Amino acid sequence: MTASQRVKTPGFQALVVATIIFALFTQSVGGTIGFFILFGIPLFAMTPLPPYASRGERIWHYAFLATCTLIFLFLILPILIIIPLSFNTEPYFSFTEGMIALDPEAYSTRWYADIFRFGMTAPDAVEGWWEDMWENATWIRAFRNSFFLAIASTILATTLGTLAALGLSRPEMPFRSAITSLLISPMIVPLVITATGMFFFYGGTMQGVIPGYPDGLAKTYLGLVLAHTTLGVPFVIITVTATLSGFDRSLIRASQSLGASGFTTFFKVVMPLILPGMISGALFAFSTSLDEVVAVIFMADVDQRTIPRQMFSGLREQISPTILAVATILVIMSIILLTTVELLRRRSERLRGLSPG
Amino acid sequence: MSDTQNSNDVLVAYDGTPLKQQLAKTTRRMKLRALLLTLPLVLFIIIAFVLPIGDMLIRSFHNPTGTNVVPNFAEVIQEWDGQDYPPDEMIKVFVQDLALARKNREVGKTVGNLATRVNYEIPGSRSLFTKTARKADKITEGPYLDALIKLDKKWANENVWVTLKRVTRDYTLSFYLAATDRKYDENENIIRADELYRIYLPLLYKTIALSALITFLCFLIAYPVAYLLSTLPLRTSNLLMILVLLPFWTSLLVRTSAWIAMLQTEGIINNIFVYLGFIDDENRIQMIYNATGTVIAMVHILLPFMILPLYSVMKTIPPSYMRAAKSMGASNFMAFRRVYFPQTIPGIAAGVLLVFILAIGYYITPALVGGSDGLLISNEIARHIQSSLNWSLGAALGTILLVVVLALYWLYNKLVGVDNLKFG
Repeated sequence: MTASQRVKTPGFQALVVATIIFALFTQSVGGTIGFFILFGIPLFAMTPLPPYASRGERIWHYAFLATCTLIFLFLILPILIIIPLSFNTEPYFSFTEGMIALDPEAYSTRWYADIFRFGMTAPDAVEGWWEDMWENATWIRAFRNSFFLAIASTILATTLGTLAALGLSRPEMPFRSAITSLLISPMIVPLVITATGMFFFYGGTMQGVIPGYPDGLAKTYLGLVLAHTTLGVPFVIITVTATLSGFDRSLIRASQSLGASGFTTFFKVVMPLILPGMISGALFAFSTSLDEVVAVIFMADVDQRTIPRQMFSGLREQISPTILAVATILVIMSIILLTTVELLRRRSERLRGLSPG
Repeated sequence: MSDTQNSNDVLVAYDGTPLKQQLAKTTRRMKLRALLLTLPLVLFIIIAFVLPIGDMLIRSFHNPTGTNVVPNFAEVIQEWDGQDYPPDEMIKVFVQDLALARKNREVGKTVGNLATRVNYEIPGSRSLFTKTARKADKITEGPYLDALIKLDKKWANENVWVTLKRVTRDYTLSFYLAATDRKYDENENIIRADELYRIYLPLLYKTIALSALITFLCFLIAYPVAYLLSTLPLRTSNLLMILVLLPFWTSLLVRTSAWIAMLQTEGIINNIFVYLGFIDDENRIQMIYNATGTVIAMVHILLPFMILPLYSVMKTIPPSYMRAAKSMGASNFMAFRRVYFPQTIPGIAAGVLLVFILAIGYYITPALVGGSDGLLISNEIARHIQSSLNWSLGAALGTILLVVVLALYWLYNKLVGVDNLKFG
């Protein structure tokens, strides 16, 4: 269908009418253009209705498309809006006049510089700047803490979770549903309850129980790693079990009949096939740990603060666009994570012949 | 076949044992092996997750403050029948214990701890204990009760002694009573708290109501989107799916800060409304730091958990069913209501339960955008653990919330099955 044909469709005519009404009502040029483009895109992108559709069906269809557009906008706009806001010159969370007029003066990267500078003893010194930044900058410390916790807990959660998923997906597994429910429950139990329990147990009850930790595990990295591993485990279980559900078990028997040991079978036959699921699970666990804040609020010491913990206190105490700059970095990271997981999922579906490719 | 049957009557394995036994043995070994694979994680979860929650459960009814601070008195007072005043020799023990406790600086064993504990039961009685403890070593001879009353008239109140008897027991239900807006009266009967102090049950109802509202809004918004995604060609729907999954992968704190930027009075939505002329510059709408802010931000955050299960169910419904219904004369609405909608109910059940379970325990978003009237029960639990330091009450509230969530989880397991949880 060419563009000129599309213009003649009733959907387009309806859009024009709606735009005119919108323009008359709001009397703003920018708003009207935005309205037209916003609802025009889905109209042009969608397949047109069959020619026999009645007028009511057409109206219904276009209203449906418009609603869906608004919902997608609701989903994505808040996330995208923080990217330009983080380049604000002014210390506000909103667009200034200059930003709307696209004045280059109104944009700056000062909040990104602030990520490095905030908390440093001498941000303008030349000598020893790197050490100062690495050791003292508040946000840099938060990034270091977050990544350390996320990597450590991901390794633990993926190893333990994959082993358990291998057991759970065996047809002869006893008490399957009870054990699965137990292992998934950290995702279901409210974080406040988990964090409260860990605060009591790791802090007071474990005092003097663990050698090397006379004060228990509160305010230690070990305690936080245990907490984050617990919260990441359900995601590993879910993704790896899903991958294993499409796994052809006769491959294991084939490998064993050719004389391979259990270890060889796992590393040479099973693991290459479930690796996409394992990596997805690991990325889920990684992102869960990176995002987790309640356990950190309850259990971490001041210099163990992670990125979300720092954002939490920033949003409560002094709102500064530095938070938006950090948020932008996190959004870019989540786009990378999401892309990786999607590519893995498609690869795994292709391997199992579920998708046209 | 008849040969083996005749020789032995039962089938035997290579080593002569009956095949049935051999099979049972192998099955048992396989089961054990499967169980062993899950064992490390099960042990880990029990130690790192189940025991801490058990610890919280115990703390909700076990509070040894009384026995820690006044150990001897805690033992003797239990023999008092609760009529009038305790005998003078018991009060003597109390005064001596108090004098000893005053010198104790160990956390959890100071007079202040006991005073706080009694203060939960009789508001405003805190100073009675600290004041009395300061002078306890001056009282050396009886009658001790009169000496105490001379110090402070509140000791003449029999309820103080009844309460003391109660708080010096290690196991108590008082925190569950407090968490459900109830208390003990002078005769140890359970009565409802004064109107002014009834806060936790209304808060629990409010949490349930707001979670239900959030779940309903999520359902309303997710249904059309999931339908659209399930009917589009795979390539387009995969592309649009990214718009659903990106929020899912984005940090909670990022999304909450984004909503602060959107909803604040000088924020983007208000600015657009002013620009479009919907509202005046003076009458900007207060959409954040109240329940509205909590609901909007939480709907956004929980929406993917509704869209994904709905989508995965709708994808399996063949479009020919709707066409068949229409070809047999059903109107669009009838075909939807009688043919399409019933088939999506499993997806609705999964999404609704999941979103409700997650919403009812939410903490971070209400804490940041909820102001004071958008706070949920989790925020109250966190407050008791972190600032008011009434840990037992926090634990009791947590236990109540946990019971609600576990009941819903059980229902989810029954209706949907945990195996059907999927992301993406």
